[in-house]
Amino acid sequence: MATTKLGFVVQRPPYKSENPKLALTHAIASQSVEIYLEDGDLVTADIAFVGDGVLNCKKDQKALETYGLSSTESHIKMSLLLDLNVLVCKEDLEKFGMTENDIVIDAEEFGAEVEVKVVPFDEISKMMEEMNHLLFF
Amino acid sequence: MGKLTIGCFASLIGSMNLDFAVKLSGAALEKGHKVDLWVSGNATMLSIEKQREFKDYSSLEKPLKELMEKGLKVTACEACAEARGYHKENTMEGVQRFSMDWYLASTFDADRVLHIGGE
Repeated sequence: MATTKLGFVVQRPPYKSENPKLALTHAIASQSVEIYLEDGDLVTADIAFVGDGVLNCKKDQKALETYGLSSTESHIKMSLLLDLNVLVCKEDLEKFGMTENDIVIDAEEFGAEVEVKVVPFDEISKMMEEMNHLLFF
Repeated sequence: MGKLTIGCFASLIGSMNLDFAVKLSGAALEKGHKVDLWVSGNATMLSIEKQREFKDYSSLEKPLKELMEKGLKVTACEACAEARGYHKENTMEGVQRFSMDWYLASTFDADRVLHIGGE
């Protein structure tokens, strides 16, 4: 039995490129990876939004109305439903004049029990050190 | 010898990242390493067969086929490909198509993961 820890670091803003959404869909895919592995083996996914990437966490996104697409916000909520660890850099949020009140924090309507954590970059750095591999989007 | 998993998300035309990923795959294979190449997002363009060669654009079908004969495992994200109209019928022989969990599974026993993001 072994676990490989993947850290998904999202640096790019939403809707400018496909990267943030691909980060989230790949992280969510950690929930079905067992079909390729031996019993007991796991791949886990932690997600961190840093730099311009924190803009992905803005709440009340209108992607469905504007583009006819599922929003990055809805993917973050799906990540919470699946109990993924989602971190947002506090300093980078502040650079945009944003606070916890401006971003998606929970997914109670889906029944998610975990919440987005707004943390200093030091904590994100610590999470990154604990990972086996980092994937930058 | 080790195992290298490369994930590439950049398009074949308009970026040199796939050229780099394929060359790196070749270099790693030459050294005896096992290599998995995952293409997702715009990089699924790599998986399409019979792309016409022009001197001004990257064309990787020939080197990719040579590397697959040497053991390179190439897998395209099925959803990303289908979203772009790249279907199983026009996928290059030897290229697999799976969902995103295949990439994560490949990282499980990889000694190194090189993730090359998209545009």
